[in-house]
Amino acid sequence: MNIHEYQAKAILRNFGVPVPDGHVVYNSNSARDWARRLGDGPWAVKAQIHAGGRGKGGGVKIAKTADEVKKFARDMFGMTLITHQTGPEGKIVKRVLVEKGSNIADEFYVSFLVDRVTDRVTLMASAEGGMDIEEVAAKTPEKIFFEVVDPVVGLTAFQARKVAFKLGFEMPQVKQAVPLLMSLYKAFVDCDCSLLEINPLILTAEGDLLCLDAKLNLEDNALFRHLRIRDLRDYDEEDPMEIEASQYDLSYIALDGNIGCMVNGAGLAMATMDIIKHYGGDPANFLDVGGGATVDRVTEAFKIILSDDKVKGILVNIFGGIMKCDIIASGVIEAAKQIGVKVPLVVRLEGTNVEMGKKLLAESGLNIVSADGMADAAEKIVKAVNG
Amino acid sequence: MSILIDKNTKVITQGITGATGLFHAQGARDYGTQMVGGVTPGKGGQDIDGFPIFNTVEDAVKATGANASVIYVPPIGSADAIMEAVDAGIELVICITEGVPVLDMVKVNKYMEGKNCRLVGPNCPGVITPGECKIGIMPGYIHKPGPVGVVSRSGTLTYEAVWQLTTRDIGQTTCVGIGGDPVNGTSHLDTLKMFEADPETKAVIMIGEIGGDAEEQAAEFVRDHMTKPVAAFIAGATAPAGKRMGHAGAIISGGKGDAASKKAFLRECGISVADSPAEMAEALLKIWQP
Repeated sequence: MNIHEYQAKAILRNFGVPVPDGHVVYNSNSARDWARRLGDGPWAVKAQIHAGGRGKGGGVKIAKTADEVKKFARDMFGMTLITHQTGPEGKIVKRVLVEKGSNIADEFYVSFLVDRVTDRVTLMASAEGGMDIEEVAAKTPEKIFFEVVDPVVGLTAFQARKVAFKLGFEMPQVKQAVPLLMSLYKAFVDCDCSLLEINPLILTAEGDLLCLDAKLNLEDNALFRHLRIRDLRDYDEEDPMEIEASQYDLSYIALDGNIGCMVNGAGLAMATMDIIKHYGGDPANFLDVGGGATVDRVTEAFKIILSDDKVKGILVNIFGGIMKCDIIASGVIEAAKQIGVKVPLVVRLEGTNVEMGKKLLAESGLNIVSADGMADAAEKIVKAVNG
Repeated sequence: MSILIDKNTKVITQGITGATGLFHAQGARDYGTQMVGGVTPGKGGQDIDGFPIFNTVEDAVKATGANASVIYVPPIGSADAIMEAVDAGIELVICITEGVPVLDMVKVNKYMEGKNCRLVGPNCPGVITPGECKIGIMPGYIHKPGPVGVVSRSGTLTYEAVWQLTTRDIGQTTCVGIGGDPVNGTSHLDTLKMFEADPETKAVIMIGEIGGDAEEQAAEFVRDHMTKPVAAFIAGATAPAGKRMGHAGAIISGGKGDAASKKAFLRECGISVADSPAEMAEALLKIWQP
C-alpha cells in the first residue's frame, strides 16, 4: 500500500526524523492561511499524488509570498498531473502540501528495503541525491553504498557512521546522520514497510540534515497489524476495479487488451497472459482468484472482468489444488445466470474435482467452450475474439 | 530415491483444526503419506478424524517421531509456527500459508541460521514424491513416479508442468514448490543442488517468474556444476511494467529481473527455455530422452 508524502512525513516525525514543518490542505484559501501560520517564506507547494517525478510535471512550486502559495495551490487543485510514474492518463490533484522552504546546500539519497538476495533489510545511500536512483545505478553503480542490517540488533551506530562518512559528511553532520538513519530503520521495521525512500535528504545552508521528500510503501501482508496506517489508504489513487476486486480478496490488474482472464495462482495467471499473447491475442487483465475462492468470489470476479467494455471474450484457466474445479464451475454458471455472459467463454479445468466441474458446465446449458490444456484454451479464445 | 521426502517421512500438520489444514491432511493421508498427527494449541488430547492432536510441536514429535511438518497456520502466527517446528527438531518444515509478512520471514531466516532444518515456502503448494509422499495442497493424481525433478515458485504453474510430463508418460522424482514470496526458505539453487545429487533424478524442469535474480543464480549452477539437462519457463513476459519496488530491489542484485533478460541468461547457461507455458515438457524433451 502506498501513502502520500505528507502522511509519510507525519509518521517519520513521530519517530524523531527531521522533516520540514508543513500541513496538508484541501483548498487554496487554507493553503495561504497555513503558509502564514508556518512563518516566513519562501514555501514549497507540493501536489500530493502517489507518484514520483511531480516536479517536472508542475506539481512542485516554490512560493515567495503567501498569495503566491494560494495561486500555486489553486492551479494545482483539480489539475491532471502526468509524470513518468502515473502513466499517460495522469492523476488528479486533490490534496496539496504547504511546507516551509529550505536553503539547500547539498542533496543525498537514502532508502531502506528488503533485499531478496541476502533476505535482509538493507540501507542504500548515495551522494547523488535528487536524481532517479535507477539512473545512478545504471550509470555509476560505484556511487551507491549498501549496509545489510542484522534483524536481531537492527541498524547499528557504526553502520550509520560508515554510510555517513561515505556520503562525505563532516563530523557535525555525521552526528546528525547516525540518529536520523537509525530512526528511519526503526520506522521501517515498526511500520512493516517494503520501501522507505528519502530523496532528497538535504544538507541545509545552516548545516542541518532534513528529509525534504519521503516515500513509504507499506507491505500489504502486514497491514493487519497496522490498522491506523491502513486507514491512510487513499482510494482516489487507485483503480476503482482494483479496489472492488481487493474487497473480495481477488488480485486484479487492468490491462489494455480485449481477452478477460480468470485464473487461479499468480504464476499461472501470468503464464496465461503470456500464452494469450503467444497465440496473437491481448489480455485485458490479470486476475488471480486465489486458492480459497467461493462461488461468490468467482461470481464477483466475472462481474469485474465484464465491467471492462473492452472485453470481447473470457478465458477461464483453472488448475485446482486448494481450489476445487466444481466451485469454479458453479461460480461460472452462477455469474452467467446473474449477469448474462454475452461474449465467448472458454473454460479449461484441471485438478481437484475436475470431473464434477466439467459435468456441471456441460449440464448447465450455457454456451461454454471447453478446452483441453492451456495451448488449446488460448488458441480457442484468440480465435473466438479475433475471428 | 527422491529428494526431501519419501515413504518413510512422518508428517505432522500445524493448524490441523482449520478447514484447510484438515482437508489437506486428509488428502495427504489418502495419498499414502504418513500423516501422524496435528498441532493446535488448546486442543491437545483430542482426536480429529483419526489424527491425534497435540498442544505443542514438541509434544507431537515426542509422541509420533515426526520429522516433517506442514503449516496451515494463518499469517499472524505462521512465523511463530515455523520457529516452533525448528525448535522441536523437525528436519523439514513446509509452510503453505499465503500472506506472511516479509519482515517476519527476515526474522525466521535469521532464527534458522545454523539449525539443522530446511524450510520450504511460505506461500507454496508443498512438496511431493509421487507414489510415496505428498505434503501440501497439490492434486495427487496428476503426478506419476519417474525420473524428472520439478522446481517452481508458482503453485498452479507447477501442476501445469507436471501434467505435461505425466500425459507424456514421463514421471517425476520429486516436485518442489518453493513459493513466490520475496523472502523464503529453499531457493531454486538449493533445489537444483539436491536434484544434481539425487541418482534417480535424470532431468529437471525449473519454473521461474519475473523479479529478483534467483533464476539467474540457479542458472549459473547449471552452467558450472550440473551434469543433468535442465529445461525452464519464466512467467511474466507480458506482465505490466513492474512497480518501483521491483526495480529498487533489482539494483542490489545487479539484474534487471524482467522475463527477456532472464530467458536470455538461462539460454546462455545451456538451459532449454520454453517460450510458451504449454511447451515446458517439450522444451525438456528437446534436450533429453527418457
